[in-house]
Amino acid sequence: MSKEIFYWQALNQALDAEMSKDDTVFILGEDVGLYGGSYRVTEGLHAKYGDWRVRDTPISEGSFTGLGVGAAMVEMRPIVEIMTINFSLLALDAITNMATKVPFMSSGQFPMPLVIRMPGGVAKQLAAQHSQRLEQTLMNIPGVRIAVPATPQDAWWQTRQAIRSNEAIIILEHELLYFSKGILDKTAPAPPMHRAMIRREGRNLTIISYSRMSLLAEQAATQLADEGIDAEVIDLRSLNPIDWDRCVASVEKTHRLLIVEEDSLFAGAGAEIAATLGERCFYSLDAPISRHAGLDLPTPYNGKLEAASIPTVTSIKQAARALTQTENAK
Amino acid sequence: MDRSRLLAMLHDMLLARKFEERAAEEYTKGNIAGFLHLYPGEEAVAAGVMHASEPGDYIVSTYREHVHALIRGIEPKRIMAELFGRKDGCSGGMGGSMHLFDRARRFMGGYAIVGETYPVSLGIAYAIAMRELPEAVICFFGDGAVNQGTFHESLNMAALWRLPILFVCENNHYQIGTEIHRHSAVAEVYKRACGYRIPSRRVDGMDVLAVHQAATAALEQIRAGTGPQFLEMETYRFRGHSMADPGNYRPSVEVKAHQQDDPLLVAIEETLPYYPSSEEIQAAGHDVIKQLSDHMNNEGHLDQAGFDSVAKQIDDIIEDAVQFALNSPDPTMQDAWDALYCNRGEEVLI
Repeated sequence: MSKEIFYWQALNQALDAEMSKDDTVFILGEDVGLYGGSYRVTEGLHAKYGDWRVRDTPISEGSFTGLGVGAAMVEMRPIVEIMTINFSLLALDAITNMATKVPFMSSGQFPMPLVIRMPGGVAKQLAAQHSQRLEQTLMNIPGVRIAVPATPQDAWWQTRQAIRSNEAIIILEHELLYFSKGILDKTAPAPPMHRAMIRREGRNLTIISYSRMSLLAEQAATQLADEGIDAEVIDLRSLNPIDWDRCVASVEKTHRLLIVEEDSLFAGAGAEIAATLGERCFYSLDAPISRHAGLDLPTPYNGKLEAASIPTVTSIKQAARALTQTENAK
Repeated sequence: MDRSRLLAMLHDMLLARKFEERAAEEYTKGNIAGFLHLYPGEEAVAAGVMHASEPGDYIVSTYREHVHALIRGIEPKRIMAELFGRKDGCSGGMGGSMHLFDRARRFMGGYAIVGETYPVSLGIAYAIAMRELPEAVICFFGDGAVNQGTFHESLNMAALWRLPILFVCENNHYQIGTEIHRHSAVAEVYKRACGYRIPSRRVDGMDVLAVHQAATAALEQIRAGTGPQFLEMETYRFRGHSMADPGNYRPSVEVKAHQQDDPLLVAIEETLPYYPSSEEIQAAGHDVIKQLSDHMNNEGHLDQAGFDSVAKQIDDIIEDAVQFALNSPDPTMQDAWDALYCNRGEEVLI
């Protein structure tokens, strides 16, 4: 049953699977219908389900995301596609002030089975307005779940789980992952939506990462093994909630923690991870927690500068070496 | 119009006026905190529109929504308890004055970020259209809200997909303290909807019969499947924007224009931000409630004794509501966490 497919195909099949068995599920967004989606994710769905269930919208992120909120309140299961996370800034009112507040402010009278899908990340020279990550903007909103699938397998299950959930969930995809390939095994059991995965086991240090960076971290770890550095790689898969217990168990085993994130360093997801694991693992650590992140810089258009603004396999290896060479403080 | 409908509207407007006056009183006593936006002066809009609606319709309102909620049928005591922040409030004490919700009555909330009622209405209406039901969404907003981007985005989509929404602009001519000619290039709000090919008209929002007639006709069209309708209700709030606002930016000549023939004019001019009591208003003779009761009196629907008896019943209802609110417990922190995670299912998260 398992075969290699593109990440976008896994998303497409997950949407199709849920839409075919529940007619309250509908998709809306810019160019999701006739055009088939900017990254092909909704390809073929308009032909199969029609205008009302695969709705092409005007360029009005604030209102069509809010439309999703209103529809979720009356037990529809809307999936809002925002073309890129950069445009979601126009929809932050709907996400922050509406989707997460209505169930709370009404003391639980309304469901919010809303899924918002959007890609972020540095892609290929799209310049500063189209290269942001912005995870931390969304992490700071109580009441919204954030899934960050890195592989077709996770994209398949996490999308289906998100659609079935009655909570507001954002699925953060990555522009460079859409056309990456991986194995999809539809017969494999689904792990819980927000569980972290250990992608590689190791003894010398723990590398915690998510989304595309977790794939780079895994590659770096494979190469580091040749140098005698045995890194454990954790793919968080979810940024709200975070699977702290798995992270703590790993750090207590390896005693060193490197956090790799594509988003800017300052006040980013890595800062939260470092702070919490610093509190929970302080006495297990042999070295200060290290964060390797994107520069605190709008992304330059120039290709060389762009590449130098975020972690690479090479730079992750350097950061891991530096951390393992730190003197044991004890 | 039949007598029972007129009586019910009079009852509701009087209840609304007295409820809001009592809320102001409880605010000054410290029983109600935060922002409190009151409705006196605008009662004819809520009464006329709500009485034209059906139980299957959905109401989406703003932060000045106590009266919409009251007339929709949420018990006064549950609204008062919510203003007090208590557990028995219609939002469990988590929402407060600006965020009243009642799912059973399809009261889909008060929204306190200006311009949010449009997209929420859009989503509900989209679901109605998909399900092909004869229901409508009534979307309230003020004149200040028509300059938000969501107004234009949502009107466009509502018209494009022929969604069953009645847009009701409560034009009280002020966005907090800025008069409409200073905030809108086109001060005739209804004209803006024409840009999206939405049938639109201006209504005397001080006349409950005119409001009721317009809303009934508009809802009839919506149920016939012709798409959204837009009504601009010209009205006036007698108070400031909220309890924090004395409202003294309004020139007295304007207050004159809106409260013509009202002997309270002198008191209002001289004693801003003083606001007259219900007895004084009743004695004074000319406001929206008096207009209606006069009409009913003239038509032989109701005599003074009948009016007094209605007023007395309402006083009792409001007194009960306040006592209920005072006796209701505070919600616990566990209630707050439960509200946050109310939609968590049985699934294992991690």
